[in-house]
Amino acid sequence: MTLNVLMFYLLSGIILTFSVLTITSRRMLRAAVYLLFVLVATAGFYFLLNYQFLAAVQLTLYAGGIVVLIIFSILLTSHISHKFAKPAPWKLWMGVSVLAVGGALTLWTLLSHDFVKSAGVKTVPVDMHLIGNQLLGMGKNGYVLSFEIISILLLAAMIAAIVSVKKEKNKKSETL
Amino acid sequence: MIQGISIYHFLIVSTLMFFIGIAGFIIRQNLITILLAVELILNSVAINFLVFNRYLYPDRLQGHFFSLFIVGVAAAEASVAIALIINIYRRIHNIEADNVNEMKY
Repeated sequence: MTLNVLMFYLLSGIILTFSVLTITSRRMLRAAVYLLFVLVATAGFYFLLNYQFLAAVQLTLYAGGIVVLIIFSILLTSHISHKFAKPAPWKLWMGVSVLAVGGALTLWTLLSHDFVKSAGVKTVPVDMHLIGNQLLGMGKNGYVLSFEIISILLLAAMIAAIVSVKKEKNKKSETL
Repeated sequence: MIQGISIYHFLIVSTLMFFIGIAGFIIRQNLITILLAVELILNSVAINFLVFNRYLYPDRLQGHFFSLFIVGVAAAEASVAIALIINIYRRIHNIEADNVNEMKY
């Protein structure tokens, strides 16, 4: 067993264990920290696949940004010692049966399908030069349109977030 | 192509992660924990894009860029969702999904 394979099994073990813990943990802050472990292990997958830039993006944006945002909002909206009640049994059964049926169906389809690599293609090394050129390129293999759309989406999301949490001035704050 | 690991290994892990996310979406009551389940789903899809890119079309970078855009969309989605959740908390002092039914009827 080479180091690659060992690393793969370690990372996938971390991912599966902590994803189950994320959705079953009865303390919310712990669930967020378990999600952080899942995201870091996913960044490990990206390193394993040789996409170093994306792994860095995953670590900084997801594990650094989104998880911190979620932890802030947990601290704003609930008590740190608050423990959830157990979920209703019918909900639990529905979730588990969706997991079992959907997972079995998808895995069966995946494993019976034969993935064929298109013949004669060369592996390009993914370096920063290539990523930058393609991300802002307008010709073949250029992604400048989606880049601009994402920038507009982020601007819209920022404005929407600010507007929806802003307190109204002229109204007496009857809530809170 | 990675020595010793086939494409099926990665796909099995990401499939299980996707359906764990969906099960969490159904089981959970609290709005923030539902958001955590959505993040799991988005993350597993990003893994899938990258694996197909690396194993089947290693001469191009399409999956790589789509994963990059998924990260951007996830950031936008999380920020708007958290703004809405905080707004709901100000109004009804509670963020359980069962109690948020004012706009329903």
